[in-house]
Amino acid sequence: MTKPPSLNSSIPEQTACYHCGEPCPDKSISREDKFFCCEGCRQVYLLLQENDLCVYYDFDKNPGIKAKGRFTSSRFAYLDDELTREKLVQFNSGTQTNVTFSLPQMHCSSCIYLLEHLHRIHPGIIKSQVNFQRKEVFVIFDNQQITLRKVVELLAFIGYEPRISLEDSISKKPGKFDKQRLYRIGVAGFCFANIMMLSFPEYFSSGIIEQKGLKETFSWLNLALSLPVLFYSGSDFFVSAWKGLRQRFLNIDAPIALAILVTYGRSYYEIISGHGAGYLDSGSGIVFFMLIGRWFQDKTYDSFSFDRDYKSYFPLGVTLMGTEGERNIPVTRLKKGDHILIRNEEMIPSDAILISGQANVDYSFVSGENTPVTKSCGELIYAGGKQVGSAIELEVTGSVSQSYITQLWNNDVFHGKKNTEKSFIHPWSRYFTVALFTVAALTGIYWMLHDQSRLLPALSSVLIVACPCSLLLSATFTYGNMLRIFGKNRMYLKNAGVIESLAGVDTVVFDKTGTITSNKASLVTYEGTPLTPKEEIALQTIARQSSHPLSKIIADWLPGAEGRISVVEGFREYTGKGVEATVNGLPIKLGSAHFLNQFHADCLSSDTGTHVHIMVNNTHMGRFQVSNQYRDGLKELIGSLKQEKYRLYLLSGDNDAEKDNLKVIFGPATTLAFRQDPQQKLEYVKSLQDQHRKVLMLGDGLNDAGALMQSNVGIAVSDNTSQFTPACDAILDGSRVQNLDNFLSFAKSGKRIVTISFILSILYNIVGLSFAVRGLLSPMVAAILMPASSISIVLLVTLLSSVMARLKGL
Amino acid sequence: MSALFILIGISILVAGGFLAAFLWSVKSGQYDDDYTPSVRMLFDDDKPQEIISTLKPLIKTK
Repeated sequence: MTKPPSLNSSIPEQTACYHCGEPCPDKSISREDKFFCCEGCRQVYLLLQENDLCVYYDFDKNPGIKAKGRFTSSRFAYLDDELTREKLVQFNSGTQTNVTFSLPQMHCSSCIYLLEHLHRIHPGIIKSQVNFQRKEVFVIFDNQQITLRKVVELLAFIGYEPRISLEDSISKKPGKFDKQRLYRIGVAGFCFANIMMLSFPEYFSSGIIEQKGLKETFSWLNLALSLPVLFYSGSDFFVSAWKGLRQRFLNIDAPIALAILVTYGRSYYEIISGHGAGYLDSGSGIVFFMLIGRWFQDKTYDSFSFDRDYKSYFPLGVTLMGTEGERNIPVTRLKKGDHILIRNEEMIPSDAILISGQANVDYSFVSGENTPVTKSCGELIYAGGKQVGSAIELEVTGSVSQSYITQLWNNDVFHGKKNTEKSFIHPWSRYFTVALFTVAALTGIYWMLHDQSRLLPALSSVLIVACPCSLLLSATFTYGNMLRIFGKNRMYLKNAGVIESLAGVDTVVFDKTGTITSNKASLVTYEGTPLTPKEEIALQTIARQSSHPLSKIIADWLPGAEGRISVVEGFREYTGKGVEATVNGLPIKLGSAHFLNQFHADCLSSDTGTHVHIMVNNTHMGRFQVSNQYRDGLKELIGSLKQEKYRLYLLSGDNDAEKDNLKVIFGPATTLAFRQDPQQKLEYVKSLQDQHRKVLMLGDGLNDAGALMQSNVGIAVSDNTSQFTPACDAILDGSRVQNLDNFLSFAKSGKRIVTISFILSILYNIVGLSFAVRGLLSPMVAAILMPASSISIVLLVTLLSSVMARLKGL
Repeated sequence: MSALFILIGISILVAGGFLAAFLWSVKSGQYDDDYTPSVRMLFDDDKPQEIISTLKPLIKTK
């Protein structure tokens, strides 16, 4: 490999922006001894300095978020609309308003500091409180001094633009369910511990307590303490078992509910009739342990949302151009024929025809492609893109839900629950229940023939001791621990069921752009007449000035002119087309083929959007080609997936320009499909499933949403996990795509761990049953056996899953 | 030995107190966010200058 001579070392160390840490193009923007990459960042710094908030910069190095400058005045105008405001705020007393915003940009302790000191920037804000894990800020403000719109504008100005969507605001109910769970665990724990303590005297005195009345006191206290466990803490098990039975399905909660009922029934009978002390300690213990197990398994990632659709991503309001001027309306009220105004960085909410202005649409959220597309007047623009550049006027061709991209959500896949297969634990629990009843019946028949007085005690002991709680615990703790290990490796699963689905996958479907290519790194190649250093410097200077992403990539790629001052004259940018200027006396034009043809009848062939042509002194020098770079380790990943006998497919929305490169990576046997629209992707996955394949889909943008939903496991790949991700089963950080093979084999080993612990728990059950069938199960044996088996199984599965993770390189 | 009965009663009351404390802490939202408060306590007080100026005379008189 030949490398350009010392490309990296020749660049003098760049100054990082004091605010956001991005490299500064030059040292022209500064304040005292601090340098900034742009005026926006300096503005934010000045605001913080003015309010004595510079501690912000002490917690973390360059903590800021690259500022986008002051927003156009009416960007958030829709927040002045009474209806919209009512939906967003939680409480409004007339003078005070409480509202919670979702701020996905929050990333460090400096963010917490700044967001909790908003009252120093504006006196109208009374209080602001951050919940870092949910990435939310709760704000109380004074209506007289500041409006909701002003609060949002302030947040947006300092870099934390709230994610405001109707979908999110509607579902913003506090997690009451989760608290109920904690209450249940607390009550069960309290009752269990006290029952245990009150049962000890009985065990240690082998059932004889001399003090008159003491034994009865213990028993009746135990009975009283067990009531809340039975009726409050354990009620979920009964409800779930009942629901299962009503649908003629024996779920794992059914044998558990039965065991709880028998345990309590027999104990109450013994206490009330004065025969003994019962098994209330074991009975409450299993409820307590199982509640903890479920809570542990279901502890999920608060800040992620796995079921967003386009509604949580589209804007709330849009500027309507009416006869009486501009006015803001909610997007839901848009109808065919409306004229709308879309400003810089605003999203196009529905399919529309361009009427006036320079449309330069960034579809990165839809397709993962980060190069904006230029459209001219009269062309149809699809919804979901963001306008980059000056404002444009559009005529809407249909309502929001009828757009090309949003139509996908009318598909049946999005209605009703995803057809997740029933866990393999359920058949196990069915066999278990059948076996249990067989043993119980045999025991019953035996004692019926031999000694009828021991029939009932033996029968109930069998049902008590053979509770499948250790079965349930082994699965919940294994999967709970695996979820945490996955999370540590930046793969965030929706729930434990996804692990089992992952283990069952035999087909992997990839999306191209944004999934197996990286949005951060780009590959630049130059073809044409070699450039002189002088020309390179001139090109870099002019490319730096342009706001187009391609120019930025090219400027970064060209060897440096840092620190040198170039004289730029006559700089002009044609949004989405190109730039021209005279640098150090050298007239340069940089842009698309179409753009350069206007100046020179060179008749450059019109090509795809990733070519940038150069003209120096009115002669065509050559072109840069910017292509996406495949992620590191992709080839190794594909190789190892093939070795594991996974069937691989690639579905790309792009043209087949990259076909040859992809053939090399994926090999000749892999099916590569290009120019797939969202609907086709969905159908493709469905056709694979019709061949009884279990499909894993990796995608990133809205255009993969249908396929992600249809697949058995849909993984959304995201380079920035705070960004929008479509509905999916798991969110995977882009830098970890190469570990996919490890994730899959780890998921498979999870099933093995659960099986091992099942066998162990069955051994425990055999020991317990050997006591029970003979009618010898004393409360003490039960009290030792049950917690011992539960705790040893929890320890075993936690240890095994951690060891497995290490073996798989996670 | 009747003291035993009283002691059992007291022990359950004490334990009940802890249960009540736990339920209250859940209800008042102490388990909602277990990260942010750990960072928040590191921030300096709002107006350190004012505190110093109120403390100074106290130190001098000693």
